[in-house]
Amino acid sequence: MTESETKSLQAKEKKEVTTPAELTKPGLVFNPAVDIFETERELTLLADLTGVKAKDLKVDLKDNVLTLTADETPLEGSGEKDVIREYRTGTYYRQFSLSDTIDQSKIEAVLKDGVLRLTLPKVEAATPRKIAVKVA
Amino acid sequence: MIIRRFSDWPTWDWRSPFDELERMRRELDRLSGDFTGSVFRLPTAGVFPLVNVTEDQNNYYVRAELPGVPTDELDISVTGETLTLSGERKLPEESDKSSYHRREREAGSFSRVISLPARLDVDKVKAHAEDGVLTVVLPKAESAKPRQIAVKSS
Repeated sequence: MTESETKSLQAKEKKEVTTPAELTKPGLVFNPAVDIFETERELTLLADLTGVKAKDLKVDLKDNVLTLTADETPLEGSGEKDVIREYRTGTYYRQFSLSDTIDQSKIEAVLKDGVLRLTLPKVEAATPRKIAVKVA
Repeated sequence: MIIRRFSDWPTWDWRSPFDELERMRRELDRLSGDFTGSVFRLPTAGVFPLVNVTEDQNNYYVRAELPGVPTDELDISVTGETLTLSGERKLPEESDKSSYHRREREAGSFSRVISLPARLDVDKVKAHAEDGVLTVVLPKAESAKPRQIAVKSS
């Protein structure tokens, strides 16, 4: 059996997007790459939010719409001149409409190394219960 | 001096026959720019990770977006004028019982060599990572720094 080799990462540019409401500060807006998966008890969202500090991240859940807004802090000092510029910094923005009812009081967000892990536990009633069918 | 027109084609001027083509090209560039929005496409090397390189008088700063790559898994090496970044991005396994709605993040290995315009002081290179952004500070070699030359007036 051949060993599977790790495939090499392709360079992807950040996806620019127009938001329905304009942001108060001018600048570019990007859609971050996300993974969303669900288990019986919760929904988990993982987003690549590079250059974002925890205080600049806003997570909103309203009317079953989840909104992520995060400002990237550019790291360049004021005396620096550009030699090569391949990516830009701006604001990350993404909205998702959630179908299941989420227990809002138990949402957890962890931001580490530029990756956000958002855990949204489902309301107890929404977790499927197995109903045993009795044969009469 | 009288300049004679070689033809009465209105767009052909003997000075630069390519003027018309140039104008058309600019128009097309402008139109295609409108489709991509306010940001024109930045020229990139097409190799992961995309980097921004800036400089000031004493140093070069190379910044790369590497979310979720822990610093001990990054391989950074420097030679006289080049910086090599390699490593691997792994996505941690989630439980078996999860069903994915979306899968947009990618995992894989990467390696990139960036050559800088001036010689570097290899011993003093420093790197740190914060919030998924890696910053490498590369001091320029003394011989590469610009020297001010005082002009004496006699």
